[in-house]
Amino acid sequence: MRHKANTWFAERLGDQGIRTTYLSDHHPAHMPCLEIMRLEWKHAAEEARRLDMRLVALWAAEAGCHDQDQHARQGLYAYMAFAHPDHRHALLRTPLDAKNPQLPSIASEYIAASRMERHMADMFGIRIEGAPDARPWIRHEHWPQDALPLRKGFDAQSPMAVSSDCGDYDYVRSTSSGVYEIPVGPVHAGIIEPGHFRFLAVGEQILNMEERLGYVHKGIERAMQGRDAMEGIRLAARVSGDSAVAHAWVFAQAAEFAADIEPPKRASFIRGILCERERIANHIGDIGAICNDAAFAFMHMQMQRLREEMARLHQEIFGHRLLFDTIVPGGVSVDPDAKQLARLKWQTTAIAEEVERLRSLYADHPSIQERVIGSGVVAIDDARDIGLLGYAGRASGHYPDERIEEAYSPYDELEVNVPEGRNGDVATRVWVRFEEIADSARLIGEMIDSLPDESCSLEWRPPEPGVSGFAAIEGWRGEIAAWVRFGEDGLIDRYFVRDPSVINWLGLELAVREVPVPDFPLNNKSFNCSYSGNDL
Amino acid sequence: MLRLLRQIARVGTITEELRESDAYERAGRELAAMINKRFAGSLAIREVDAGSCNGCELEIHATNNAFYDIERFGVHFTASPRFADMLLVTGPVSVNMKTALEMTYEATPDPKLVVAIGDCAVNCGVFGRDNYAIAGAVSDIIPVDVVVHGCPPTPTDIIRGILAAIDGMP
Repeated sequence: MRHKANTWFAERLGDQGIRTTYLSDHHPAHMPCLEIMRLEWKHAAEEARRLDMRLVALWAAEAGCHDQDQHARQGLYAYMAFAHPDHRHALLRTPLDAKNPQLPSIASEYIAASRMERHMADMFGIRIEGAPDARPWIRHEHWPQDALPLRKGFDAQSPMAVSSDCGDYDYVRSTSSGVYEIPVGPVHAGIIEPGHFRFLAVGEQILNMEERLGYVHKGIERAMQGRDAMEGIRLAARVSGDSAVAHAWVFAQAAEFAADIEPPKRASFIRGILCERERIANHIGDIGAICNDAAFAFMHMQMQRLREEMARLHQEIFGHRLLFDTIVPGGVSVDPDAKQLARLKWQTTAIAEEVERLRSLYADHPSIQERVIGSGVVAIDDARDIGLLGYAGRASGHYPDERIEEAYSPYDELEVNVPEGRNGDVATRVWVRFEEIADSARLIGEMIDSLPDESCSLEWRPPEPGVSGFAAIEGWRGEIAAWVRFGEDGLIDRYFVRDPSVINWLGLELAVREVPVPDFPLNNKSFNCSYSGNDL
Repeated sequence: MLRLLRQIARVGTITEELRESDAYERAGRELAAMINKRFAGSLAIREVDAGSCNGCELEIHATNNAFYDIERFGVHFTASPRFADMLLVTGPVSVNMKTALEMTYEATPDPKLVVAIGDCAVNCGVFGRDNYAIAGAVSDIIPVDVVVHGCPPTPTDIIRGILAAIDGMP
């Protein structure tokens, strides 16, 4: 896979007097990784912001196999990734002092950086200078004081010894006598994932809603270390089970970039078909659930019926109702025959038609329209400030789509239509999902029609130790970004993944301000962020 | 409204060939009889995600869709453990969810049944026991009556697990 090196960002930083070093052990070259000095970390972020770049992710890593020779003293690195619609992704990294790691906060430029910085502080003990919010995030109060799970020397093999005598999380409070608090969770009322929401309400109106997540933190980043790619992808798929295809794909692509392997086109097309089917299934399920939260049970039953039909065909053709473990490094593990592909295409079309029919019923039903129109608005400026992804962004005038920006195979041969909403309310988020179902169905049809006839996987061979790869895949929630670095014997020595939920959770907090408390479930479902994907 | 009724009439009752649904229907009928006998016709379940990837939640949801419609056998999911006869617990129990799971178990009135749903709930699955953030499998934290394997288990497996738990009651 030979890509031309992208020097655009390095040149722009150079204009500002920021010296960058190109790292050749990072792939692919069109998403370069540039090393800068720690003192220029914030300046670089300011410049990225000025260039209208979007913050993709922020993470840290212990030194890899190559780094140990170069920086004997500096065993820790911080990374940040940015994206520009015309100039694709670029990564920056800076060495930190392993004994006393400090990093300036970039949250004043990118508000979404704040929780990622808190995650870095919790996992590595990095002190974030000038952080607007210095509270722990994934580290809950009962963790041992000295637990830094992603540092070498931490005992990651046995459950942490937690203390029963610990303080409470420092929630945002109000001193006003008219404001009352509603604590919700971590165990929620429905069949959903755990997390805590703290509402400050005045009468019916939500004044502020604060999320406290981390409850389903499963140590995924650490558990990935020491696995080979074949084992690792099974874990990656389970970062968030509803996005199993997209999470497996981003892992596979990052690993393939690192190893300089290009899977056969047939594999990319099948991956595309799987990913679009996953998008349709989740959008269908969520539209039904949103309607159900506004007591329009009819739509819920209709949509869940369609979702079940999809799951059954997945089981039949791909061997798994939710498409787990269908993507492997180097290709795909299932190769449908012509008859199966014809059935897949027929069902996709039939479901898309049925969804259109249901959509007209939804549009004509005043009792649901009354609830969704104008509820939970995220303004365009706010959506861009946060960097909202997927349908949450597309409903609010922010339209990043990796199928277009990164145009990875098979999307380099297809035309993806991105619905461009501007109203930012629940109704627009639902509208975007309806539009995406139709577009995904069209894409699936085109991919099946032009599926190349060849092998569907290559033999996986890991890269040499120290090499890393970065990938960005458009899952159904939005862009998933992942960075993987290999160590000795083809084993992973660091895997970082940023689910779109990490960013989109912020959108929900903003959306529900001044929304009546009973409309919260409706709004929550319209974002449907992953807890597991956020907590890792 | 007329169009809505027309859609309902057009879709009709969801049916499928008996061969495929037979296993589920048989388990369902047995379950309904058992619930009639032991729970006066109504079994209330509280679902607790103790660290799942949310795959198991999707399949538990599916037991409520028109194909399975578990509610017709007398099973319903309740919002509070205070009214629950049974807990369905998913996921490896994360260190951060351990206390919440214990509190939910305590809040459920006796006698109570616990079904561990999915490979992670049974043996920590792909996340592993040798993990700082995992407190253990569900049975390491609270007493478990029945385990259901699968990643995730199918709706039919889930209903069988619920049935097995009631069947095994003293």
